[in-house]
Amino acid sequence: MRKGSPDTWAFAGAVGVVLLLGWLELRRPGGVSIARISGGLLTIDLLIRAGIFTIILVGLNLLMGYAGQVSLGQAAFYGMGAYFSAILTVKAAVLGISPAVARAWWWPWFVMGGAAVLVGVFSFLIGWVILRLRGHYLAMATLGLGIMVYIVLRENLGIPQLNLTGGFDGIVDIPRLHLGAFALWPESRYYFLVWAVALATIVLGLNVVHSPVGRALRAIHGSEAAAESVGIVVPLLKAQIFALSASLASLAGSLYAHFQAAVVPDTFGFVPSLELVVMSAIGGMASIWGAPLGVLAVLLIQELLRTHVLGLIPAVTAEMEPVIFGALLVLIMMFWPGGLVSSRRRRPVWGER
Amino acid sequence: MSEQGLQTTTGDRGILLRPTRASLQRFGRQAALVAVIVLVGLFLVGMGHRVGYGAADYLQLLVDGLQIGAVYALVALGFVVVYRVTGVINFAQGAFVMLGPMLTITLFGSLSGSPVFRLVVSALGAVLFVAAVGMAIHRLTLHPARKASALTRIIITVGVYISVQGIALIAWGPRPYVLPAFTTLQMVDRLVEVGSIIIQAQTFWIWGVAVAMLVLLALFFERTVVGKAMRACAVNRIAAQLMGIRVDRMATLAFGLAAVLGAVAGIVLSPATRPTYDMGLELGLKGFVAAIMGGLVSFPGAVVGGIALGILESLWGGVTLAGFKDLFAFLMLILSLLFWPQGILAGKGEGGS
Amino acid sequence: MDALLEVREVSKSFDGLVALAEVTLCIHPGQIKGLIGPNGAGKTTLFNLIAGTLVPTAGDIRFRGQSIVGLPPYRIAHLGISRTFQNVQIFPGMTVLEHVLVGLHRYTLSGVLAAAARTRRIKGTEAALRERACALLDKLGLAAWADTPVDSLPFGLQRMVELARALATSPQLLLLDEPGAGLNPTEKAAVSQLIRKIRDEGVTVFLVEHDMQMMMGLADEVAVLDHGMLLAEGPPVEVQRDPQVIAAYLGEADDVA
Repeated sequence: MRKGSPDTWAFAGAVGVVLLLGWLELRRPGGVSIARISGGLLTIDLLIRAGIFTIILVGLNLLMGYAGQVSLGQAAFYGMGAYFSAILTVKAAVLGISPAVARAWWWPWFVMGGAAVLVGVFSFLIGWVILRLRGHYLAMATLGLGIMVYIVLRENLGIPQLNLTGGFDGIVDIPRLHLGAFALWPESRYYFLVWAVALATIVLGLNVVHSPVGRALRAIHGSEAAAESVGIVVPLLKAQIFALSASLASLAGSLYAHFQAAVVPDTFGFVPSLELVVMSAIGGMASIWGAPLGVLAVLLIQELLRTHVLGLIPAVTAEMEPVIFGALLVLIMMFWPGGLVSSRRRRPVWGER
Repeated sequence: MSEQGLQTTTGDRGILLRPTRASLQRFGRQAALVAVIVLVGLFLVGMGHRVGYGAADYLQLLVDGLQIGAVYALVALGFVVVYRVTGVINFAQGAFVMLGPMLTITLFGSLSGSPVFRLVVSALGAVLFVAAVGMAIHRLTLHPARKASALTRIIITVGVYISVQGIALIAWGPRPYVLPAFTTLQMVDRLVEVGSIIIQAQTFWIWGVAVAMLVLLALFFERTVVGKAMRACAVNRIAAQLMGIRVDRMATLAFGLAAVLGAVAGIVLSPATRPTYDMGLELGLKGFVAAIMGGLVSFPGAVVGGIALGILESLWGGVTLAGFKDLFAFLMLILSLLFWPQGILAGKGEGGS
Repeated sequence: MDALLEVREVSKSFDGLVALAEVTLCIHPGQIKGLIGPNGAGKTTLFNLIAGTLVPTAGDIRFRGQSIVGLPPYRIAHLGISRTFQNVQIFPGMTVLEHVLVGLHRYTLSGVLAAAARTRRIKGTEAALRERACALLDKLGLAAWADTPVDSLPFGLQRMVELARALATSPQLLLLDEPGAGLNPTEKAAVSQLIRKIRDEGVTVFLVEHDMQMMMGLADEVAVLDHGMLLAEGPPVEVQRDPQVIAAYLGEADDVA
């Protein structure tokens, strides 16, 4: 981040809000909690999920909003991180990892980092192949990739006798994180961890955007032919940014696994991938700050539907939620396609009619 | 052909494949296609051999594949019609596939009279209703958003799908339904034994209806003024507009046509399966894969793509873990995009349409 | 004198349609070489072959004695060939300065991870690059628009920005695809002046131009393409008198103007 830029102020503000909300939750001065002042809308649970999604969205916005490469399968990398963490902590014995290692406080952290690196390498190799495709075709290839990963997770990685992923039922009893003997739990503590990572990711995203790499990504988005003509190694850069976004999604997945303490494959399927794209579109793709805003907007809309709107109409049950979510999605895309944050004049993410 | 025209053929529909020497590339791509299909076929047959499959088993898998393949072909045609006329990949196509049988079942239950009469009337009524739904969806959502980017418009169709599936969940609940078999007009279908293989009587209905739909579709495009106008839009929207064709009306009509194709596919398949509110997701995605295998713009390609996908998937399903059956379609999706983006019928390397 | 760029019997066909047939030509260092020919003659195809956007069906292209056939465009750019496009290829939403900075990209040498960590080295090079970019804009008279988004500039200036971006890579050979198209006579004269200046600073220029008059005053040597074949090559005055060239252009009298 550059000193004195508007981003610095925005970042200071974001840190302030995160700290204030965290302090409120931790101390509850005079019985005031986040949930109470927001009328039950903002819960610590929602804020943690927002932090986790923000981490994914920063990567996704770099990939889609800046480099112009659409991914409809991002939840796959999110799921890979979550399952890496879940399997290597809960099922360490099956894999022959000594209990002494698997129970050490640093083991989940090590797995988390290792997963991010492995997913990064994996997606770099995949990206090198499929990022040759453009527009619709890339979107569809990533969609196919996402569904394939989902099926592999659901079907026990193809080795049912080990039952590593737990099939449809997933994995439960994933341990909480510790720093030495200090437990990062209850939620009010985990909140600080998640948002520390999320804020660090935002800094990372802003750094990339304001670097020559960010400029090169926008150039690729604008005209791949022109970007290549000045010597930008387009396939390499695309694969790198794809890998970075996948690594961030994997990191978010690990944080999610230790937060929810359980993972099921349906969290990482086709529809969740699309929800990520929706968050990105609503927040404003070509913006790093669009990431947390888009996440919060979508989570709050869902929460409002669940807690407020649906309760007002007696005939309407919780089953209405997908109907209204779908309808809102259509309306927002129809009337507000630019997103919340439009930092500059943008090009459609892929091909005009 | 102008110099500029030659230029654009290489960037055909946004595909970037590093051109090697043109003739080699053309030959190479065709060779790759043949090699992949032969290899996949040999691999599957070899795998089957290991688990003790004989000729009869393969024939059975082939027939099963042709059954579902005909359905994929119809769904794929719906994708192609809409894509060619409007440039949108319509993920709501799966909704049509689900609405067709669900509405038929509801109508069937509410009518009185002879079973044949009830079946015919309810099926026709359902198809007409779904066609109206398809056209309404275009008019209400995609037509107003026609200037938006392709990604925005695709997200809109996803939103529509989520909503419609949500409504279906409320209307019909999560349980599977039953549509009587067309031959017996009962829950239990007649089984036809041909040599050592067994074919459901409904399978012949599926093939018959699929062929009939193809003939009707061909007649519509070849013989009717509306059909010819729609074809003109598919070839060149701007030129069609200049010739006085109301392109937006043709787009609405294309949605109606796609809805008919989807609904019919869902209805004829239903006696052989158990329709549920969420059946559209899988059939929609697989129909889409079939359309991509056919090149997304070619009607014959979609048919061949659907049948090829059906057969290969069935062979694959015979030798793999039950849960991995769905993996195949998405593997084919990525392979098709990478190796023969123009579709399996396109002999031309670069360019071509 | 050794040739800087040699095009040897290069052919290109698209689905059996021949766009270029066994074209052979040489560009010598320090030259301004022109390429003319009626519409559809294969001029832009030849440019795309040299720049690596297309790969020849047959033949060889050598830059400083090294074959560049089959190399991707960015590799060819690294070797020292830079280009502009017939249909201006700008980056929407980016300013003039940013365009030039993108042109300087290969001097940044920063990976994604270094960028994410915003290492001190990146901050240092960034400042130096800005200085270099501003100097280039000054030289081309674009300094006044440095912070203007390129898509809001008139067409003529967009062409200049493209030229600036291409020059930023410090090429040895500059490929200009119709630098005068869509410009008025005053602007054309200015562009001609600029191209000469670029050449005087040691950059070899190969340009496609429709405007014969502009080409005649500018190029040291001219090659003529028609229907994918090389009709003539030589000093402009001689080429202009070549009966074959006259015949080829008669059908397109409008374009000669």
